[in-house]
Amino acid sequence: MYTLPLSQLDTLFETIGANGPLYIPVDNTSGKADFKRWEKGVRMSSALKTVRSAKDFFFPKTENLVNFRMNGKKIEVEDPRKELEDFVVFGVRACDAASFAIVDDVYINQKPVDTYYKNRREHGTVVTLACTEPAQTCFCELYDIDASDPKGDVSAWITDGSVYFRSNTDKGSRLIDGIKILLKENDAKTVETQQSETREKVSKLPFVNLDLSKYSGDKMLALFNSKVWDNLSETCLGCGTCTYVCPTCMCFDVRSFDTGDGIKQFRCWDSCMYSDFTKMAAANPRLTQKERFRQRFMHKLVYYPMEHNGVKSCVGCGRCLESCPIHMNIVKVIKTINETPDQPEGGR
Amino acid sequence: MEHDALIPYIGVITDIRQETGDVKTFRVIGRDGKKLFGHIPGQCAILEVPGIGESMISITSSPTIPDYQEFSIKKCGCVTSWLHSAEPGQEIAVRGPLGNGFPVDTAFRGKDLLFVAGGIGLAPLHSVINYVRAHRSDYGKVMIVYGSRSKQDLVTYKEISGEWMKEKDFNVCLTIDNAQPDWDGHVGFVPTYVKELNPDPGYTVIMCGPPILIHLTLAGLKELGFKDTQVFTTMEMRMKCGIGKCGRCNIGDKYVCRDGPVFSFDQLGELPPEY
Repeated sequence: MYTLPLSQLDTLFETIGANGPLYIPVDNTSGKADFKRWEKGVRMSSALKTVRSAKDFFFPKTENLVNFRMNGKKIEVEDPRKELEDFVVFGVRACDAASFAIVDDVYINQKPVDTYYKNRREHGTVVTLACTEPAQTCFCELYDIDASDPKGDVSAWITDGSVYFRSNTDKGSRLIDGIKILLKENDAKTVETQQSETREKVSKLPFVNLDLSKYSGDKMLALFNSKVWDNLSETCLGCGTCTYVCPTCMCFDVRSFDTGDGIKQFRCWDSCMYSDFTKMAAANPRLTQKERFRQRFMHKLVYYPMEHNGVKSCVGCGRCLESCPIHMNIVKVIKTINETPDQPEGGR
Repeated sequence: MEHDALIPYIGVITDIRQETGDVKTFRVIGRDGKKLFGHIPGQCAILEVPGIGESMISITSSPTIPDYQEFSIKKCGCVTSWLHSAEPGQEIAVRGPLGNGFPVDTAFRGKDLLFVAGGIGLAPLHSVINYVRAHRSDYGKVMIVYGSRSKQDLVTYKEISGEWMKEKDFNVCLTIDNAQPDWDGHVGFVPTYVKELNPDPGYTVIMCGPPILIHLTLAGLKELGFKDTQVFTTMEMRMKCGIGKCGRCNIGDKYVCRDGPVFSFDQLGELPPEY
């Protein structure tokens, strides 16, 4: 492992930031943190996590897909993408780092490849930062994500006045090579001590031992037809906040706008919680909030895992627990389903 | 290099035919005068009208036509209304081919085929029917039961009466909802007509139309001894990307745009009934 005195963190950021954009979590005015581009004088937040997840770097809120120029009956198509600069995201937590693999599996591993997403993934280097003070809303452990040993291109730990680094990928090694002049080699002892302390704290969190045995593909129709959805969805406002803060929500809309100087087609985040998500000219298969609410949780707990070797599309970051205006969330859904006796399976 | 799935081709609308009061067929080719891409019967394409929107539309023409693709489109929403006001020579953006298509070379091969369609539901089957005509010896008997509100609402009526009805071992049965003076054929709804015709349960069935037609016809076929595994349909869901990413057409562990739109009813029976 490599170490750097914590007091030299700004020097490190200066070195990385000199080679291209560097993003770090920064305190915002509402007492929380957001990822911001590093510049001289900007300090890294000590907050546990950012309001929005780190998915923004690879799957931005809005992205220009195509530009059209209309000339009478003629249409010209332009690919608006320019050469992307290599960038570094520093301070990504284990949960967000785990979410990248979940999105990668759809956008990169399932053909055809989403080249917009893949391009950003290839140009971004992720430096993760181990958690030490997990919140009561954290439950990454439920999905076998180790908050004390985060993935990413480089993993980092802050302990005992030092920052420790371990490179996990080729991209990570290149980053380490670029900052080696600042680093010293050291053993992993203090990191291991911190890790066992964090694991101890994580094991005592309230939601890390939820039973997920009910959420399998063979129970799909039984869960879909369960009566729990009526009550669970009753107060859902359909605001979509859960979707926007979720690191694994990856649905999007495609829209084009006449800018007065050509037509720009964008994709932007969308939510299955919205009433027009599936609305067609003739009909809407999900007419009430119950169906939309059910879709979101069934997708995370059952549909996605059916297609992706049982991996749930939730990383336990706890953002939806903190941001839902009616205090509904995936933990309540899991608990309610677990407490409800199985109903006879029924199809249509 | 492989064409980027999210970047459209430019297609030129070279011909527009008024089929019924609210259905037109659009012929589309590339700027180079050639077909935009090859396809399998039942596959779709996303037609994009910049600034207006995009729609997933089934390719109506058979892949055996070498020079062009055709789309029979009912005027229904923003994109389709815009297209209905377009003139030949208009360019549109096209992404495709999308979806799985019908199993014309596997499950359908060598089989007797029963096509059941209502209204614009004939459009996706049209491609299969003409594919079967082009490879006639690969398939058995063909029976087509097609109905619409009126004679004037039967899509591609000229081709049906002028070509399909003359094809060897083709039994074309048309019906309209209400009697009218210039119609001496069958009057009544498709599901009832199918039952009256009492087809042999040896047929493989390909069905497309409004949900109520599908629902009632399927129930009738089951009474006649047909099984879910031998009945196929093509689904409709709102779509944006067409490549299984944007999440809009997700039903259970399937994406209609990528894993469908063609499903057999035993496959659909395993999915939540959200369509």
